[in-house]
Amino acid sequence: MFSNKFGRLVLGLCARKQAAVCGAVRGAAGRSGSSRTAFHEQRTVSVQREQHAGHRLISTRSASQTTVDPDEVKKFWSLASKWWDERGEFAALHAMNDLRVPFVRDNLLNVHRVHHPGKPLLGLRILDVGCGGGLLTEPLGRLGATVLGIDPVEDSICTAQLHASYDPDLRDRVSYRACTLEELSADGETEGEECQFDAIVASEVVEHLADLETFAFCCSHVLKPGGSLFITTMNKTNLSYALGIVVAEQLLRIVPRGTHDWEKFVSPVELERLLESNGLSVQSVQGMLYNPVSGAWSWTNSTSINYALHAVKLRDDPQPDQAEESSPRPEDHSSASHS
Amino acid sequence: MHKLSRATLALNGLGRCFVTEKHVSAIKIIGRGLVSAQHGDDFDNNEVYDVIISGGGMVGSAMACSLGMDPNLVGKKILLLEAGNKKVLDKVPEMYSTRVSSISPGSATLLSGIGAWEHITKMRCKPYKKMQVWDACSDALITFDKENLQDEMAYIVENDIVVAALTKQLESLSDNVQVKYRSKVVKYTWPVPHHVADSVPWVQVKLASGDTLQTKLLIGADGPNSMVRQQLGIPTVKWNYDQSAVVAVLHLSEPTENNVAWQRFLPTGPIAMLPLSDTESSLVWSTSHQLAEELLELDEERFVDAINSAFWNNENQSELIETAGSMFRGALSLIMPSAGSPRQLPPSVAGIGPKSRVMFPLGMGHASEYIRQRVALIGDAAHRVHPLAGQGVNLGFGDVACLTQLLSQAAFNGKDLGTLQHLLEYETERQRHNLPMMAAVDLMKRLYSTNSAPVVLLRTFGLQATNMLPMLKEQIMTYASK
Repeated sequence: MFSNKFGRLVLGLCARKQAAVCGAVRGAAGRSGSSRTAFHEQRTVSVQREQHAGHRLISTRSASQTTVDPDEVKKFWSLASKWWDERGEFAALHAMNDLRVPFVRDNLLNVHRVHHPGKPLLGLRILDVGCGGGLLTEPLGRLGATVLGIDPVEDSICTAQLHASYDPDLRDRVSYRACTLEELSADGETEGEECQFDAIVASEVVEHLADLETFAFCCSHVLKPGGSLFITTMNKTNLSYALGIVVAEQLLRIVPRGTHDWEKFVSPVELERLLESNGLSVQSVQGMLYNPVSGAWSWTNSTSINYALHAVKLRDDPQPDQAEESSPRPEDHSSASHS
Repeated sequence: MHKLSRATLALNGLGRCFVTEKHVSAIKIIGRGLVSAQHGDDFDNNEVYDVIISGGGMVGSAMACSLGMDPNLVGKKILLLEAGNKKVLDKVPEMYSTRVSSISPGSATLLSGIGAWEHITKMRCKPYKKMQVWDACSDALITFDKENLQDEMAYIVENDIVVAALTKQLESLSDNVQVKYRSKVVKYTWPVPHHVADSVPWVQVKLASGDTLQTKLLIGADGPNSMVRQQLGIPTVKWNYDQSAVVAVLHLSEPTENNVAWQRFLPTGPIAMLPLSDTESSLVWSTSHQLAEELLELDEERFVDAINSAFWNNENQSELIETAGSMFRGALSLIMPSAGSPRQLPPSVAGIGPKSRVMFPLGMGHASEYIRQRVALIGDAAHRVHPLAGQGVNLGFGDVACLTQLLSQAAFNGKDLGTLQHLLEYETERQRHNLPMMAAVDLMKRLYSTNSAPVVLLRTFGLQATNMLPMLKEQIMTYASK
């Protein structure tokens, strides 16, 4: 059982590897990172991606139309068993579904007020940015939503497609595409409706981004007015530095030194400022806490380590500057939402 | 051998009760990984059920109803497989059936939640308000009753009635639950623990008809000799008591209110008289195989005499124990004058229902695991107890309530219903309840299987003391009525 920290630190490592390769919003690769054992494969991926760096990799395949090379299938199966082992390397991400799925579901039900027993999210289009093996994409699809998972790492996308292809409930609801949010956003210009979403989920992604500004802009661009953005990430605090860098890297040495870049962590206040300036109004910020002994996540009032954020795109076409001015002071908001 | 397995059970029970579960289950996971696996031959994507329940007895049918009525599971493909015929009762048979169950208030709540209890009360059931348990070797006794005899303690219901009520309810749920009667399973194929190319990630169920079905979650409700459990290779802690139960429908010599369940511990095993109506009761007499066979051979008149003397005879009592017991009781009543309750006498039996005498062997068994990846065991497939406390089917209904709630939550969180996380929660929660209950029932059984003076004295004091402590009795009843 790896601790959350460990998982996260390794994620950071891999995301950095890809940083050299992918575009500005390559952060989508966040969750596609894996642990020590998967590291080698990730390195290979990086090399492959370097070769492809010139042209965009956009391949839309619905899960049922998997056209992977039969020789490659074996590799994807082994990747899939890594991603989908509830008690394996990604245990902390699996466990996080107990918090993030209800977080997304309940907030969407609050906004949309629909009632479909058995399929509460029926009729909603959701974009899962940095979907990795589809750990969060599938549950959202099972709740009735039409979900598009994107990730710049093609291996992850193939793995996710393969896994979803076996479940007939998911076949028509879940699709995957190997691309970045930037690319998708750019396609939105030409594809229109296809790239407009009721919700975007970016879970454990933004802490790996170099250019949050572009991320926020793209999110706002592909969201329908009134659409929701859900983010889970790590705060930039002394505590997250102590636990994430000092304890995990230097004291316990669960991961090599220098794995995580604390500089890339982002505080809720900073994130909120960014989102507000792009026409997204933050509705709630909630702290999350991982217990490495029980392997379970729980909600907490403190956002000092991990937190989840829900923002809604304003319905009126916002003037970025005005939006910033009219938004409440971030400090006030976060303190209010914690009370 | 018995000692060893008992020790295992007890340790397991203690572990379940006091240790945080994560660690215990971590060890079991290793075992779960070793499920034998085979590659599926034909893989038809269109026929994947969300849940298949194997076994349409009382517990399996209740599971199907319960899942079919859950709002979060609307739209899930649920299938119930039953090897036997569809059991419908157009009208209630005049004669009482010999196989009855004591349905606790907790089970009644579950059954009314799934709409079956209404059918049961319309057909036939008998509530009782009091239970008296006493010893053949001393005059120690204990009575359980709800305050002022207002509430029902439990209900005696014929098993056929329960199944018929559930079958009726399943008919009305045909949109949500599919039922295949007369379908016998010949083989289960389990998914490999880790994905391998070309393997089917679901459980495959091969029927005698040649059809192969696939399911994300298989629920084994196929009784004490569960094929699901055996094919999974889940070890069972079990032993036979070297006892058989003789059951019969008894006619009382005169009509009474008949709202007390009677049980007397004879050195050969407990005998119980459970109310069916004002004039009829059901007999459950646990005794040695040999004695059981003799009882079956007796003519009706002598059989009735044997029953009456089993309830009334005092030949096993010794003066020493009687004296000690009454002194102890005297001392207790000095401390707590108001506590305890007076002895009542059971009704006498005049005859038995025609051809109602049947015997069957008794045993006890407990599966060391209730779940594997994509499989869960419920009811007697997971645990079988001695009938002396009337807990058997109630433990099963408890499984149903617990598993339904966890699956409903899992579905609402978008989870794959067959994944380990919530199944482990089911196992933990149920073993924590079932094991102490089974251990207690087993202990009772053993404590009362002897007439050696020290043990008799001990249990006499124990029973008398317990009888004087309303708080403790309340606790026992609460636990047993879940």
